[in-house]
Amino acid sequence: MLELDNVSAVRGATTIWSDGTFAVPSGSITGVIGPNGSGKTTLLLMILGLLRPGSGKITVFGQVPKRGNTRIGYVPQNYASIAGESIRARDLVLLGLTGATYGLRRTSREQHARVDQVLAEVGAGGFGDRRMSQLSGGQQQRVAIAQALVGNPRMLLLDEPLANLDVRNQQEIVDLLSRINTERGIDILLVVHDLNPLLSVLDGAIYLLDGHAHHDNVNEVVSEELLTHLYGTAIKVVRTPQGDLFTRSA
Amino acid sequence: MGIVAAGVQFQSNWLEILSSPFMRTAFIAGVLVAVASGLIGYFVIVRGSMFASHALAHIGFPGATGAALVGSSVFTGLVVFTVVGGVVIGLLGKKASDREIATGTVLAWATALGVLFASLASGNTSTVTNILFGNLLAIPSQQLVVFAIFLVVLAIVLLVIFRPLLFTSIDPEVAEAKGVNVKGLGIAFMILLALVVSMAVTVVGVLLIFALLVTPAAAALRFTARPGWVIFWSSVIGVASVAVGLVIAAMINLPPSFFIVTTVFVVWLVAAGLRRERALVRPTGGHPQHGDPVHEH
Ligand SMILES: Nc1ncnc2c1ncn2[C@@H]1O[C@H](COP(=O)(O)OP(=O)(O)O)[C@@H](O)[C@H]1O
Ligand SMILES: [Mg+2]
Repeated sequence: MLELDNVSAVRGATTIWSDGTFAVPSGSITGVIGPNGSGKTTLLLMILGLLRPGSGKITVFGQVPKRGNTRIGYVPQNYASIAGESIRARDLVLLGLTGATYGLRRTSREQHARVDQVLAEVGAGGFGDRRMSQLSGGQQQRVAIAQALVGNPRMLLLDEPLANLDVRNQQEIVDLLSRINTERGIDILLVVHDLNPLLSVLDGAIYLLDGHAHHDNVNEVVSEELLTHLYGTAIKVVRTPQGDLFTRSA
Repeated sequence: MGIVAAGVQFQSNWLEILSSPFMRTAFIAGVLVAVASGLIGYFVIVRGSMFASHALAHIGFPGATGAALVGSSVFTGLVVFTVVGGVVIGLLGKKASDREIATGTVLAWATALGVLFASLASGNTSTVTNILFGNLLAIPSQQLVVFAIFLVVLAIVLLVIFRPLLFTSIDPEVAEAKGVNVKGLGIAFMILLALVVSMAVTVVGVLLIFALLVTPAAAALRFTARPGWVIFWSSVIGVASVAVGLVIAAMINLPPSFFIVTTVFVVWLVAAGLRRERALVRPTGGHPQHGDPVHEH
């Protein structure tokens, strides 16, 4: 459950967007869309408590965001660029569980079991022992999601998890997120550039447009005028007999 | 004996030399420094701080030559300059992409300053050579206590901050979101690195620092990516190299730096070669090009 009340996003002296007033209902999958530099990552950072809103109020599960919120799992942008040659997938996931703990403490059997279980859950059970650099983009993304999930969060924030993936891998990650959403009943907020791969699972979208933030349910978001306006190129909405929606450049 | 080989002479009493007190001092010092380097080497690589460690050694150079100029302890000069340099680099932060330019600029100036101090302290060329290229045999025995204390402090601090430091090194954005003090740990790491750099300069010198601080961990990483094992094996490689270097130095009466660095270099070459061979034999080591090769759902 995420609520914004008249929030503005400010970086340095610049207001990136303002007038953000909306509520994202619990248990939903929400896309965050907007052109480059429109403040999508900035929104995530504010939800994580790493950045204060310039004005207004954000509440996550009824509380003002603050660093170290264990109820949020986070997969940052450009995840694949981390030091992948020097770490195994399972050690990376384990850091999601123990990485904030100071002092000498052996990793418990339960913690190892949790890592195994979450790796299996995201379909990464087969390559936990490999180094991150030995994995494909889709596999790396699964490991990143496992790390975000291992602490049993109630909300998952993913910054452009579909970037740099081919269409089939995009669909597999979307299916995985949809399954996590259903099975765990957690909120998922993901930044995307293209709504197409998400349309079958999306509950709503936050769109950052002309310096303003809006939230709407999926059917309202996917209107031709809005998307065309948003991306600056003509986009067409097609409804198939199965009820699926597609957007294409006209 | 020709002029070319004037300095090289096989010493048939090398076993005797090896068992002498100054060799024992050199060996203990070398072991302490190699283990300290092994402890921090993995983090240097994971954090991408290779350049920073190189820079710290150069920043220590004027500290060392300056200390020699005013007649105080070279090691103290090293420690003061590298620690201050480390804190400054740490404060600049990891984000700024111009950090390398800033560091490089300071590095060049520091080296020039070191050369100035060195030339002012004329008639002291062996001290300068030792600072630039290291000389285990020149380490006084009183230094061992200081090295031991540094190593113990390093080990304790690293053990305490191990996981958060690893987390911030690999995954700074997520670590910060989890409430880990990324900047504070970055500065703490730079201070630890400064201490190890100061120790390592006495063994391999400002110019060869990479060989002790980075190469052993890089060689270990060819075989394992498990942090504890990388640290263990890089310490082993460092200690073995120091031992081999000292034995050869005893045999032919030359400063051990060249032989230590050469041993590290050979180990690294062998590790790189073996890893490549293994990669060729094992088909599982391949890099998938078209999407995920693994489907289990
Ligand atoms: N650390 C920063 N300091 C100042 N401005 C920033 C910083 N990071 C990003 N910005 C600016 O804030 C705006 C929004 O950035 P961001 O949220 O990353 O956009 P998006 O994720 O939608 O591409 C951009 O114009 C960017 O230039
Ligand atoms: Mg972004």
